[in-house]
This record gives sequence, structure tokens and C-alpha cells, in this order.
Amino acid sequence: MYEYDWSSIPGALPYLWEGMKVSLEITFVAIVAGIVWGTLLAMMRLSNLGPLSWFAAGYVNLFRSVPLVMVLLWFFLIVPQFLRAVLGLDPTTDTRLASAMVGFALFEAAYYSEIIRAGIQSVPKGQVAAAYALGMTYGQAMRLVILPQAFRNMVPLLLTQAIILFQDTSLVYVSALADFFGAAYKVGERDGRLVELLLFAGAVYFVICYSASYVVKRLHQGNGS
Amino acid sequence: MNYNWNWGIFLAQVPTGETTYLGWLLSGLQMTVMLSLSAWVLALALGSIVGVLRTVPVKWLAGFAAAYVELFRNIPLLVQLFIWYFVLPEILPGGTAFKQINPVAQQFLASMVCLAFFTSARVAEQVRAGINSLPRGQKNAGLALGFTLPQTYRHVMVPMAFRIIVPPLTSEFLNIFKNSAVCSTIGLLELAAQGRQLVDYTAQAYESFIAVTVLYLLINMVVMAVMRQVEKRTRVPGYIGAK
Repeated sequence: MYEYDWSSIPGALPYLWEGMKVSLEITFVAIVAGIVWGTLLAMMRLSNLGPLSWFAAGYVNLFRSVPLVMVLLWFFLIVPQFLRAVLGLDPTTDTRLASAMVGFALFEAAYYSEIIRAGIQSVPKGQVAAAYALGMTYGQAMRLVILPQAFRNMVPLLLTQAIILFQDTSLVYVSALADFFGAAYKVGERDGRLVELLLFAGAVYFVICYSASYVVKRLHQGNGS
Repeated sequence: MNYNWNWGIFLAQVPTGETTYLGWLLSGLQMTVMLSLSAWVLALALGSIVGVLRTVPVKWLAGFAAAYVELFRNIPLLVQLFIWYFVLPEILPGGTAFKQINPVAQQFLASMVCLAFFTSARVAEQVRAGINSLPRGQKNAGLALGFTLPQTYRHVMVPMAFRIIVPPLTSEFLNIFKNSAVCSTIGLLELAAQGRQLVDYTAQAYESFIAVTVLYLLINMVVMAVMRQVEKRTRVPGYIGAK
């Protein structure tokens, strides 16, 4: 039988916490940027302007058809070259975190935009008509009437997507960036205790995501919906 | 940026000389398709059972099924894969036998089982939603006709539920192909891994990634076309979307 030895975990906690901070940072940036860009995409998709609507549809379909691993590999290839060319960065600067953030934000925006589009479409047509009847412009109607209601309906879905996103950040492993999972893997490999560290990482993710989805469920029920 | 485009690279021989770089990508494509399809069959079977169990009026069975779904939905796919591949062979009794088989078979089996369990939790949720969306009368009608509860599930509720949930199952089916790219992390030479290998050997990163991305788009289109036919044939008359 396998002899467990958990002794390498306590000493590694500060390092694992550093990794967790990277995971949370990427999650946070991707949520904020993803929702902002996703809202713009959803508005373009629903607009009457052909080219804008086609662009948004193409963007969303492209990102939703390609594996996240592939998207991340693309961004680890392109973003560093782009940053170097535009900002004149030293080639040795570590751009992996920035690349990961850009990649996740652009990728998640495609998923957020579909949620937000459904949210906007769930607002009754009469609301839009009423806003225009009051003399509001498109921007005012969106900002003051439609989006606030749409977002209220979407909160549970947006939060669920955020939990999925948090789980997906573990994929920055492909760039050897030390997020929480990367840190756990490195410690496990260093101490020859991969079994314990991987089980520990799995347990931590489970506790975080399970509690978060429990909170989302309660919030949803509390809304009376 | 001065990048040297070289699309001819795909027809060049690989260093070992037995095939071209295009051959690598196609063998990766084959691996991705085989892996995803076999995992999908397992996921569908497991997910149907668990999904049905979530709706049965037996508390401990429904509780077990709920725990199963939560377990596989709240741990990242990558972590699950590493646990299947690195951890379970160490701590389970049959692990030594597993470690003696061909390494490629080990990677394939771990990937297949991992994707199957991961996806089965999602399939189970769809099956449950499908069963719960059926009018109560369907179950009662089955029971009133003298069917036992298992018979009612088998002949009335499950066939109906599956016809309703074809669209969400299509998106899970698409996801399994995309998720299979994660298996490149344990060294399985599927499509994404072959693409990276091509970059390592030739430094033609853009050509390689474009080709791999196009192949994934192609898989996506084929799956959607197939599922559209399935959807057409299984549509329930009288429901939204039916003609």
C-alpha cells in the first residue's frame, strides 16, 4: 500500500498562497475585462449594423469553437511579441502573467457575451419601447433601463461562469506559470510527494468551488426566481 | 515583425523521416477524435445512470448521485486528469499492473476515463433537467398502466427526456473535443500536442497553430452538422422547435 506523507505541505503553504494569488488575480482580471468586452460584444451582436453584428458573431463562434488550451498557446506566442514590439520591452521580461490575463479575458468574453445577450433579450420589449418613448437615446436606454435589468437577471449565470473560469485558470500550467495548481505541482515534484500535493490541490479547489456554487444557489433562491 | 512564413513546412519530412509534419497533425487529429468519441460513449452511459438516479424517490441513491455530480463539477479538469494519471495508479491496488502497460495506452486510458467522468457529471445534469421537465402526468400515466417505476423510467421518461435534451447534449459533445486538448499535458500526442511538437521541431509557430485551430474548427463543424441531423430526427412533435 502507498505510504502517505503530508509533511511537505505545511512548509509549502506560503508558496502555495503565492500561487493562489496568481490564480485569483487572473480570475479577477478576466471576469472584469470579460464582462466589459462581453457586454460590448453582446450589444454589437444585437445591433442592426450588419458588419458589427457579423464581427461579434464571428468572434464569439471562433472562441467558442477552439479549446482554451489552444487559445492560451496562441496568446503565449503572440502577446509577448506584441508587447515587445509596441512597448519596446526587454526580451527577458516575464510576460506570461500578462499573456495569461489577456488570453483569459478575450476567451471568457465570448462566453460572457452569450450570457449577456440572453440577458438583454430577456428584458421585455415594452421596456425598450418605453425608454425610447421617453425620448432616451440608444445609449441612455441601454445604460439606464435595459442593462440594469438584464444584469439583475444574469447574476447567477455570471457567477457560475466565474467559478468555471476560476477552475480553468489551472490551465496556465501549459506556460509553466506558477498559479495555485502549478505551485502545488512544483512542490510535489521537488519533494517527491506528487500524490499528496495533487490530492491537496484537488481538495482545495473542491472546497472553494463547492462553497462558491452553494452561495450562488442560495443567492438565486433568495431572489425568489 | 519579420516572420518567415513557410506553408511548405507541412510537406517536409519529420527528422525521423517516416512521415511529413502534416502526417503528425493528422495522427494527432485521429487521436483527438478517437479519444473524444470513446470518452463520449462512456460519459453518455455513466451520465444517464447518474442523471436518472438524481431523480429517483430513493433518498440515498439520489444523494449519492448528487455527490457524484458535485465532485466532478467542482474540481478543475486538469487536476482531475493529473489525479487519474499520477495519483490513482500509486494508491489503488491495481496500480502496478496499470504502470506496466504501454505508456501510450496508459495516457490514453487515463485521458479517456478522466474525460468520461468529467463529462458524465454534466450529462447527468442535463438528463436530470430533461426528466424534471416532463409533465408529471407522464410518470403517473406509466404507473397507472401498471408499469413498475423502473419500467416507467425505461419505457416512458428516459426516452422522452433524451429527445428533449439533444440540443444541450450537443454542446457537451462539442465540449468533450475541446476538453480533450487538456490531455496534451500528460504527454498524450493528440492534436494540440502535435501542434506544439511541430513548433518545437520547426519554429514555424504560426503555421502550426493556424493549422491546429482550423482542424478544431473543422471538428466543430462536422459535429454540429451530425447533431443537427440527430436533432431533426428525434424532435418531439408539439414541443418548441418541432415542426
